[in-house]
Amino acid sequence: MLGAARRQLGSGPMLGQVLRRLRPAAAAEVARGYSAAAKEMTVRDALNSALDEEMSADPSVFLMGEEVGEYQGAYKISKGLLDRYGPDRVLDTPITEAGFTGIGVGAAYHGLRPIIEFMTFNFSMQAIDHIINSAAKSNYMSAGQISVPIVFRGPNGAAAGVGAQHSQCYAAWYAHVPGLKVLTPYSSEDARGLLKAAIRDPDPVIFLENELLYGESFPVSAEVLDSSFCLPIGKAKIEREGKDVTITAFSKMVGYALQAAEILSKEGISAEVINLRSIRPLDRAAINASVRKTNRLVTVEEGFPQHGIGAEICMSVVEESFEYLDAPVERIAGADVPMPYAANLERMAVPQVDDIVRAAKRACYRAVPMAAAA
Amino acid sequence: MAAAALLRRIPAARAPPTVFVAARSISDSTAALTIETSVPFTSHLVDPPSRDVTTTPAELVTFFRDMSLMRRMEIAADSLYKAKLIRGFCHLYDGQEAVAVGMEAAITRSDSIITAYRDHCIYLARGGDLVSAFSELMGREAGCSRGKGGSMHFYKKDANFYGGHGIVGAQVPLGCGLAFAQKYKKEDTATFALYGDGAANQGQLFEALNISALWKLPAILVCENNHYGMGTAEWRAAKSPAYYKRGDYVPGLKVDGMDVLAVKQACKFAKDHAVANGPIVLEMDTYRYHGHSMSDPGSTYRTRDEISGVRQERDPIERVRKLLLTRDLATAAELKDMEKEIRKQVDDAIAKAKESSMPDTSELFTNVYKKGFGVESFGPDRKELRASLP
Repeated sequence: MLGAARRQLGSGPMLGQVLRRLRPAAAAEVARGYSAAAKEMTVRDALNSALDEEMSADPSVFLMGEEVGEYQGAYKISKGLLDRYGPDRVLDTPITEAGFTGIGVGAAYHGLRPIIEFMTFNFSMQAIDHIINSAAKSNYMSAGQISVPIVFRGPNGAAAGVGAQHSQCYAAWYAHVPGLKVLTPYSSEDARGLLKAAIRDPDPVIFLENELLYGESFPVSAEVLDSSFCLPIGKAKIEREGKDVTITAFSKMVGYALQAAEILSKEGISAEVINLRSIRPLDRAAINASVRKTNRLVTVEEGFPQHGIGAEICMSVVEESFEYLDAPVERIAGADVPMPYAANLERMAVPQVDDIVRAAKRACYRAVPMAAAA
Repeated sequence: MAAAALLRRIPAARAPPTVFVAARSISDSTAALTIETSVPFTSHLVDPPSRDVTTTPAELVTFFRDMSLMRRMEIAADSLYKAKLIRGFCHLYDGQEAVAVGMEAAITRSDSIITAYRDHCIYLARGGDLVSAFSELMGREAGCSRGKGGSMHFYKKDANFYGGHGIVGAQVPLGCGLAFAQKYKKEDTATFALYGDGAANQGQLFEALNISALWKLPAILVCENNHYGMGTAEWRAAKSPAYYKRGDYVPGLKVDGMDVLAVKQACKFAKDHAVANGPIVLEMDTYRYHGHSMSDPGSTYRTRDEISGVRQERDPIERVRKLLLTRDLATAAELKDMEKEIRKQVDDAIAKAKESSMPDTSELFTNVYKKGFGVESFGPDRKELRASLP
């Protein structure tokens, strides 16, 4: 039924309206518990629908970035928005990140709610002074006079074969800075709920998407599809409950961690997978509660290892739950090298499911003998 | 001091030069007066405004008072810095007062101003008060940023003054963003984004100007050309120091920034232009008597003769004093009295600011976010110092 509606009306913005009309049925399904006939939605459509709904609800929200308008978005995330909201609210910029990011922050100073798209977060480095010095610190330096309700969003981390300058993960860089909030959606539910929360938030939010996740489909409940749906900022999600080892991950690595958990379960290790959702604020309470239950921790991230997200999580656990640890904290991260192009080397530079499985086993003292060092 | 008081109390004893004038106080007349600017405007891609500026005696007196107040504030800040009551960076504006005062006279508080770190006088021009300014400089809670910003981070949002920025050039794209919002909200107002001759070479300025011209934003880029970017003279930093022309496809106007009437005329012209047609560049030819900051004596890269020469020939306050005196709108004694009164005002404000306490230690953790969700933040030793962010 819903499939037919989708074929008729197209995905994305129209779908929400269809489902609102069909809501009584959907609400009943939700009341029954997890919906068996759950809708599926790609992350791309989830983001598009969130942008659409928030722009519809609040006229001060506007989108600015390269190719967001006529091109329909470099990754089609903003498809249809120019037609719907016009060129005053969906603005194509020249390739001048420092300039348009500064303009976006200035617009936020004067009461608008900009969404600045970076074609990838690698290009945010051209604008990083505005993100940090003009946006993140303003509320503090002005003792609350100048708040900056802005969202910086775009794909982050490795794609496939795009080489060293286009593959870096910026989670650790931005999460380092007080005054910023940093969100990392994984599923379509995350994408919708966190992007809506980010747009409604009065502070600068860094919204780190992932290009390889855009095309992935996830089930979404009617609640998620409602235009009022919002996820809290600063709260992680337990994607899979377990009792033997905690695995923290964010963005694409959540999927890998879940695959690893499946493999581990067949070997009698019950892994609890935490989808961080929010890197800053970091849900230390959820992480520590989980480690106090399982007594073992593996942190997973795609970015460079030194001074990364896993380092902070490890320290948090050492500070608050040291006595609960039965094994040293394990850390899986991207290789400590610029991203190579050759497919075999790239595969070695990014964490794989096997890496997570191996680390979890080490944490459980069930290690496979180490392979000879490379 | 006593003599002045005596003169005030016994008007009949004050002997004006001619018999016809009895007791007269400083002119507050609002009758229109037309005065020529010091030099004609030089323009780029636009017809310049007339050299004849309309003003009133009352306005001229206000110019004198406002600029004198700014001058006194900056000189007092110099002393406070040397007494170590002001710490860190302190960039003084004395010499450049005509830009702040002339601009304010041409616009409304609905228009926006954003500047770099030489911001104390712009704050005053936008309606800021002396006690808040001195308190902020001394890091006290009565400061305009409650002591958390310092010299470079004065703001007054209710008067559309957006700071106060420490990163050279960043304020220009931010200013174009303010203009974007003004246009988006259909306000019919404009933004003045001030920057120096040093910042004029920043790439982000040209990025923002390009977008402003494409989207016809009501942005006025005001180059306060005091001829030195820190210690580097303009001819050593810019291949083309004709800053009013650097907008290329964007029109520009060169203005004598030491002539408050020229500044007023240019800013009025620029606002009308920007609201109708998009961005315009104003180059204010001005001068700072102090070095770049209090750490810079200001004499290793320019001669003392140059500094005293400008003070003699082009001082903005002296220029207005001469106008008031030659047109018989005030006497020398009256203006001296005003300056004494201003001096007292400043001294009183400093005394009051000194009474303000340093911010409460809990303020370390306030305003990190507008909405902190009760998230935890930490001091250097988090087992010793942590807080919940409101």
